[in-house]
Amino acid sequence: MPQHEWPLWEVFIRSKNGLDHKHAGSLHAADAQMAIEHARDVYTRRMEGISIWVVESKYIHASNPEEASSLYDPANDKPYRHPTFYDLPEEVKNM
Amino acid sequence: MQAFDEGKIFLDKISREIKIEPQDWMPEQYRKTLIRQMSQHAHSEIVGMLPEGNWITRAPSLKRKAILIAKVQDEAGHGLYLYSAAETLNITREEMIGQLHAGKAKYSSIFNYPTLTWADIGAIGWLVDGAAIMNQVPLCRCSYGPYARAMIRICKEESFHQRQGFDILFTLSNGTGAQKKMAQDAINRWWWPSIMMFGPNDDASPHTKQSMDWKIKRFTNDELRQKFIDVCAEQVKVLRLTLPDEKLKWNDERKHYDFGDIDWEEFRNVVNGNGPCNKERMDARIRAHKEGEWVREAAAAHAEKIKLRQQKAVA
Ligand SMILES: [Fe+2]
Ligand SMILES: [Fe+2]
Repeated sequence: MPQHEWPLWEVFIRSKNGLDHKHAGSLHAADAQMAIEHARDVYTRRMEGISIWVVESKYIHASNPEEASSLYDPANDKPYRHPTFYDLPEEVKNM
Repeated sequence: MQAFDEGKIFLDKISREIKIEPQDWMPEQYRKTLIRQMSQHAHSEIVGMLPEGNWITRAPSLKRKAILIAKVQDEAGHGLYLYSAAETLNITREEMIGQLHAGKAKYSSIFNYPTLTWADIGAIGWLVDGAAIMNQVPLCRCSYGPYARAMIRICKEESFHQRQGFDILFTLSNGTGAQKKMAQDAINRWWWPSIMMFGPNDDASPHTKQSMDWKIKRFTNDELRQKFIDVCAEQVKVLRLTLPDEKLKWNDERKHYDFGDIDWEEFRNVVNGNGPCNKERMDARIRAHKEGEWVREAAAAHAEKIKLRQQKAVA
């Protein structure tokens, strides 16, 4: 018996004007238009979003979890990238 | 050596409440346990639409009908969130649905009971969704990221399900004598199956310890059941109805309600396929899937055609 499993899509939703699109979940659909329609029915039934992006899951490339430490390590020893690194004289109230 | 380190990192993450994500290393048994639990959960949401769907056309008012449609639509969404989350564990939707239709996967046995009157829709919302919420809230903190995120979404939507059920029962209970009787009758039939939803007693539940260690589960079956009974025993008073358990009684020492013996024989019977509606539910699912085959096929063919046309236009 032939089966027709539609490809998997990742759904990203912008909840409000001015905010980023955020990953909401995934779903199956035959094409992009259907993926958007399904995403609207499934992920925005309670005004959760004003804009939807869909990307076919196979096009998403992810970093390797085993390399996570090497991604974050270089940042760890550069505390001078954060404003809290600097002690300001008391006279400076706001900076 | 490699596997040992990976195992250690995994357990370390669990103990520090760091979520396990799809690409992370995980023990095979963890993956299997999650696939079983999440797919069962997804199947339950989908099969759970059937007993309520039975009353959509006969809801007593347009308002009740719109509410019931919205609730049943939510359950379809819950099934989808959970199937998607399970798919991150390297099992396809097709495989999961195949397992359900072949009778190899289970779903919550509660949905094998019939919905005889409108009051049953109230009892399902109050008790069945209520029990589901009790189970699901701790799952929002489950160690597997995609499952926890799906559960957060689901729990947000569930709270209206329980309230609309309570509202139906409250309205009936304050209606005519016949309506009040109908509400009581529904509670009488749904109460025991509802408290069976938490699963076997802890001493008869061999997987509980491992699931708790892995923080898939946060409370045992008996703990959740007791919590649920304590809550319902109070709420039923507001309904001015009763729960069908002569042994139900506040125990001041335990600070919990005592309750009567659960008929586990009935539970096993229904789980093993001999409940009042097991066959009807499975037949309905299989029929729906078969009758949808041409739609899936046509949509795939249409998408392919559009793609080819676009490629030609570019060339
Ligand atoms: Fe649900
Ligand atoms: Fe629900």
